[in-house]
Amino acid sequence: MIAEAGLAALWLAAALAALQFALGAMGLRQGGDTLLPAVRPVALVQAALACLAFALLILLFLRVDLSVALVAANDHSAKPWLYRFAGAWGNHEGSMLMWVTILSLAGGAVSLFEKRLPERTLIATLAAQAAIGLGFYAFLLFASNPFARLDPAPAEGQGLNPLLQDPGLAFHPPTLYLGYVGLSVAFSFAVGALVTRDVGPAFARAMRPWVLAAWIMLTLGITAGSYWAYYELGWGGWWFWDPVENASLMPWLAATALLHSVTVLATRDGLRAWTVMLAVVAFSMSMVGTFLVRSGILTSVHSFAVDPTRGAFILALLTLYIGGALALFGLRVGTVKEGSRFDVVSREGALVVNNLLLSAILGIVLVGTLYPLMAEALSGEKLSVGPPYFNAAAGPLALVMVAVMAAGPLMRWRRDEAMAVAKRLALPALLVAGALAALLALAPSIGMLPLLGLILAGGVAAASIAPLWKRNLRRTPLFIWGMVIAHLGIAVSLAGMASDSAFTRERLVAARLGETHRVGPYTIRFDGVEPVVGPNWTAVEATLTATRNGRETLLKPQARAFWSPPTETNEAAIHTVFDGQLYVVVGKADEEGRWQLRLWWKPFVTLIWLGGAMVALGGLLSLIGRVRRERRAHGQEAFA
Amino acid sequence: MKRAIIWAPLLVFAIFVAMFAFGLNRSPEQVISSRLVGQKLPDFALPGALPGQPGLASADLAKGKPRLLNIFASWCVPCVAEAPQLMALKQAGVQIDAIAIRDRPEDVANFLKRWGNPYARIGGDKQSRVQIALGSSGVPESFIIDGRGVIRHQHIGDIRPEDVPAIIAALEAAR
Repeated sequence: MIAEAGLAALWLAAALAALQFALGAMGLRQGGDTLLPAVRPVALVQAALACLAFALLILLFLRVDLSVALVAANDHSAKPWLYRFAGAWGNHEGSMLMWVTILSLAGGAVSLFEKRLPERTLIATLAAQAAIGLGFYAFLLFASNPFARLDPAPAEGQGLNPLLQDPGLAFHPPTLYLGYVGLSVAFSFAVGALVTRDVGPAFARAMRPWVLAAWIMLTLGITAGSYWAYYELGWGGWWFWDPVENASLMPWLAATALLHSVTVLATRDGLRAWTVMLAVVAFSMSMVGTFLVRSGILTSVHSFAVDPTRGAFILALLTLYIGGALALFGLRVGTVKEGSRFDVVSREGALVVNNLLLSAILGIVLVGTLYPLMAEALSGEKLSVGPPYFNAAAGPLALVMVAVMAAGPLMRWRRDEAMAVAKRLALPALLVAGALAALLALAPSIGMLPLLGLILAGGVAAASIAPLWKRNLRRTPLFIWGMVIAHLGIAVSLAGMASDSAFTRERLVAARLGETHRVGPYTIRFDGVEPVVGPNWTAVEATLTATRNGRETLLKPQARAFWSPPTETNEAAIHTVFDGQLYVVVGKADEEGRWQLRLWWKPFVTLIWLGGAMVALGGLLSLIGRVRRERRAHGQEAFA
Repeated sequence: MKRAIIWAPLLVFAIFVAMFAFGLNRSPEQVISSRLVGQKLPDFALPGALPGQPGLASADLAKGKPRLLNIFASWCVPCVAEAPQLMALKQAGVQIDAIAIRDRPEDVANFLKRWGNPYARIGGDKQSRVQIALGSSGVPESFIIDGRGVIRHQHIGDIRPEDVPAIIAALEAAR
């Protein structure tokens, strides 16, 4: 019954999306805004129905209802409840249902909260959102039904990929999806504004909070995902330039650029066409990412079931939506008036450079991700593009961008004197020079990129606090604090990345019981190995004692074997201290009773994710500050 | 000029769509099968994977009778899964040689002690050089080599019980 109810809710939601689109299109043709009161409740009920369908799917997973094919394939009664819960979206159909649910929620939220947009543009926006929804409902109902029954029901489910049995999975994909799909709002806003030819500061101010919210979620999702890969895969790395990781990075890069260009549009009425373009590109990257992940046309460590029909379906949707939006852009952007102009040396100028660099990095990542496909299409050659390309191509640009990021907030809007800017940047520049001298003296052998990264991190940290200089801190608007903390977060993260790549110590040893090995500042003694039994796995657990300056820490890395499906994973033991992490993985034993141990000492590696969290926090502060200010301005208008 | 810039994104996107469509339509076999099928084996001479045992050279595979060349590794789980099938093929009189990829002698010895040794000769390929030269992209893989040292057939992945008749038929065909 539950499954049938879920399917019915999904069909109803799809019907309402069709209605929402039709009402919107009619409303636009009539030219009046009389239909808006009708569109709003439709969007809300549609969101409620999608949520209901998703909640019912979760219920099926919690109850391990094996008569549902999806549950039978991915659930298992021996699984702890959290993973049965998260298992609902740890598979293709469930994750697509979550995608659609968030899409309709975003539409519902726009219809409920968006009060600044002119009504015609709002109707067009909601119609665009419904059009996207319609395609993905069709995809679920015709090509990926999560509620399909299985007859006869098997006696036991087939479990879940053990790599995915981790608390991180319960929260990582939902956060990422909120970001991915949240960008659909920016896309629909752009389409709506193109339809009504209404691109200006008011449009930018209305769009900004939505972009910010999605961007915060995307930032959190990527940060969490990176940490998850770091501790769960047991490879000691935090970013692998895997196609699926790139699929999340590309929308983030576009959204970051959008966030900055929308500010130029809101404050200075510049970059009109460019901002609309970025809004289209950001969500397009989300859809391309979904396509790459779901169609399996690129090989990735995040292997999902390959299904060409589903891939073709998503490709058709992509072509329709992205192609449609780009065609609309081509037709209409000529009628969008040019915004106001500005000098090269100005806040706008710096933001344009930031946008160009972000777009260039986006292009590099996109080309690197798709190059294997391109090469194969042109020459039939099969190859893969790895970290050396990405690091070498994107790394230097990222560093230049970070340097521009330091200077931008210190410039005035419209026009500024180059000399004055240089003066304001003197202190950070001095810090950079000092850090360079210190590093060359203390650690002469580190690589060029990490070296530049470390010194830039120092300079950028100083420069990003500089906007607070001589300000009354209690009266500084919240969105300025947001910018400062987000930029500081980038500097902190950069310091972590550079420190990790410059100073990490790695050892691979075959250790006998009682032996000690050194890594970084730690001496590690191998005390013993014993079997451990978990709810649905057995493991070999090693006991190691790490000693640093006389203080002992116990480490217990595990090599786990799951029995349904049979898979082996490594659970790294990670000891976090203020200046870094000790990361230990236990491998297999050899004939003579020696155990493979991988030991890493990673100085300040935690800064990478701390910085990511700061960037998200900065976004949150900025969002709160913007919304509050809008409220206040709105209240005053009403009062006057 | 300005018009061109406005339409450029759509054009770029169209190229991507064409590429994606190509990616969806290619068949998985074409993607990974070695282009050396139907050609002579590349020249190689590997040292023995086990101390004191003979290695494997391309000349060993061109001795008048078709042979099965199995690419495996002791660290590879599907290789364990195909071990019974290889033993069965050996019982049926098939000559099997092997290349052990990125492996250590003691691990190989362990593996063979535990899962059986169907191999006549085992070459050790520590850097995967010969594997790459053969156009093999993973372990396990098996090649059928005819009596003149020409690759006749490539089997990707573990040999499952249901694959055995096809392997035997391919060996017959290579005669």
